[in-house]
Amino acid sequence: MAVMHYIDAIRLAMEEEMTRDEDVFVLGEDVGYKGGVFTTTKGLLEKFGPERVLDTPLAESVIAGAAIGAAMYGLKPIAEMQYADFIFPATNQIISEAAKIRYRSASDWTCPVVIRAPIGGGVFGGLYHSQSVESVFFGTPGLKIVAPYTAYDAKGLLKAAVRDPDPVLYFEHKKCYRLVSGEVPEDDYIVPIGKANVLREGDDITVIGYSLPLHFAMQAAEDLEAEGISSHILDLRTLQPLDKEAILEAVRRTGKVLIVHEDNKTGGVGAEVAAIIAEELLYELDAPIMRLCGPDVPAMPIHAPGEKHFMLNREKLRDAMRQLALY
Amino acid sequence: MANTGTKRTFRHREVGLTDDEAVQMYATMLMARRYDERALLLQRAGKINFHISGIGQEAAQVAAAFALDRENDWFLPYYRDYGFVLAVGMTLRELMLSLFAKEEDPNSAGRQMPGHFGCKRLRIVTGSSPVTTQVPHAVGIAYALKLKRQPYVSFVTFGEGSSNQGDFHEGCNFAGVHKLPVIFMCENNQYAISVPISRQVAGRICDRAVGYGFPGVRVDGNDPLEVYKAVKEARERAVAGEGPTLIEAVMYRLSPHSTSDNDLAYRSKEEVEEHRAKDGLPRYRQYLIDCGLWNEELDRSLDANIRQMLDEATEYADKAPYPSPESIMHHVYAGDAKGGR
Repeated sequence: MAVMHYIDAIRLAMEEEMTRDEDVFVLGEDVGYKGGVFTTTKGLLEKFGPERVLDTPLAESVIAGAAIGAAMYGLKPIAEMQYADFIFPATNQIISEAAKIRYRSASDWTCPVVIRAPIGGGVFGGLYHSQSVESVFFGTPGLKIVAPYTAYDAKGLLKAAVRDPDPVLYFEHKKCYRLVSGEVPEDDYIVPIGKANVLREGDDITVIGYSLPLHFAMQAAEDLEAEGISSHILDLRTLQPLDKEAILEAVRRTGKVLIVHEDNKTGGVGAEVAAIIAEELLYELDAPIMRLCGPDVPAMPIHAPGEKHFMLNREKLRDAMRQLALY
Repeated sequence: MANTGTKRTFRHREVGLTDDEAVQMYATMLMARRYDERALLLQRAGKINFHISGIGQEAAQVAAAFALDRENDWFLPYYRDYGFVLAVGMTLRELMLSLFAKEEDPNSAGRQMPGHFGCKRLRIVTGSSPVTTQVPHAVGIAYALKLKRQPYVSFVTFGEGSSNQGDFHEGCNFAGVHKLPVIFMCENNQYAISVPISRQVAGRICDRAVGYGFPGVRVDGNDPLEVYKAVKEARERAVAGEGPTLIEAVMYRLSPHSTSDNDLAYRSKEEVEEHRAKDGLPRYRQYLIDCGLWNEELDRSLDANIRQMLDEATEYADKAPYPSPESIMHHVYAGDAKGGR
């Protein structure tokens, strides 16, 4: 089994799916000859040709809209938004169209499209190359939303998304691209959409999150282990539909829960996770539900102190987890 | 339109239509008109909640459909295209089931407003209410046709108001760059609800194609033979790999925007009457009569036949069951209860 970076796992997933099924193709800005601004699609054009690795005009609504049309025809497009920050011109296509095509036609038509978009900050991207946009689409029935943290999941979830009969938004964290690496089987496997994953077992506190902040949570858990605090960490992996059973099971285990994400706190995915916990097992909790999220500001600035202040990190996670453990 | 002289050179034959097809086109236009009138009556009578009319646009809609490969091409009509969908195979009963929002409606199982077409059997791609979203879909389908080396086209219609949306421009540009087999037909009916063409666009809609590197043509939307010719030529270009065409069919919306609209708040009765005199439907009937292909007796018989079909369709749809309340939970994702047809 090879150890590879998160970004290489994403690329491998596309390569494998395109090899497996000639109806799979990728489209987006700079995905072809350049191989993507992050190199996510590097080498695909050489292998599959410019028709299946399509450089599109700079226009996000038609990237999504043409992909939706091709999906309704019966192909399996993987559309790339260069940065999640630029997905908004395509929001009408995603929410009014992709999410409702099956529903409005009573399954006469379906829309098995995948839309990939790099989320998150920590790369000095400033306001418009750093945003987390999950909450904009979260709560739109008809869409599935995945956000992998491990390299293994990055490959397996993308392959599952390609094979899924419904539209899937695949949010990959750009900071994870080369920060996160891990063992990735080179054979064919998928990670099922809708299933969370226990990253670490523990008994004192539960941390629930997705994407990059889990990297910091895992580091903080190591630190706290030395202090005698045992952390149980659940990676949601899929944001929609949420794995409710896994959430409740993880919280029951310790009775104390910290929910983390980089997307801002108000109206974020964590608010729904907290509501599920409160609805189902409020009286089993030994501490109030705690959230550690991006601040409620429009987006993170490019200056280093501001970006650092916005982003979660090992220390912030350690402090919050310790505080919860000591409650 | 009338033909004179001993050696008759019928315009419909010149553009490639047989006599039978020319008559079929008329029959379909009349069917659309009568459906539309019935729908309006049903709304006024309180039998249904809402209708959005295509009266005045049938000639272009039906002619365009006849110029396409109705067995293989892909269609993305907009919400006034009753004439178009009837021409590609939707039945009056199916339209009525949609109008009454009944479970058996093939367009949406009673979920969407009438006029929101969709039927995979007929390759009528499901549409929505936010206008122009179908244009990028048509482009994506054309891309798929090209990728799969299929000798077919996608055909998409929209109003002139829609030609101001970003999706129109993004779609045209994408199709132009990749020389895709797609035909864009703007049904310029002069009004976006209440806003007239003069307050919507400063130039000509057909000229917008120039900016995207493919031909744009303006035709008289009240002349079905002119529309037929333009769509046929556009289709030939498309399947020959020469790329898209934008067709602006100029017509007039004789009805209010919808049953919820009072059009006399923004236009005069005189203006409407002036355009009613140019209505393509009676003009085309007269053309067929002049060709000796049609007469008053045939017309009365056709009308009676349509009326009977409408009566039957109305009764069927009226009596058909609604979807169950719980069915609103179905078809969110694959594998839901009753998911998949």
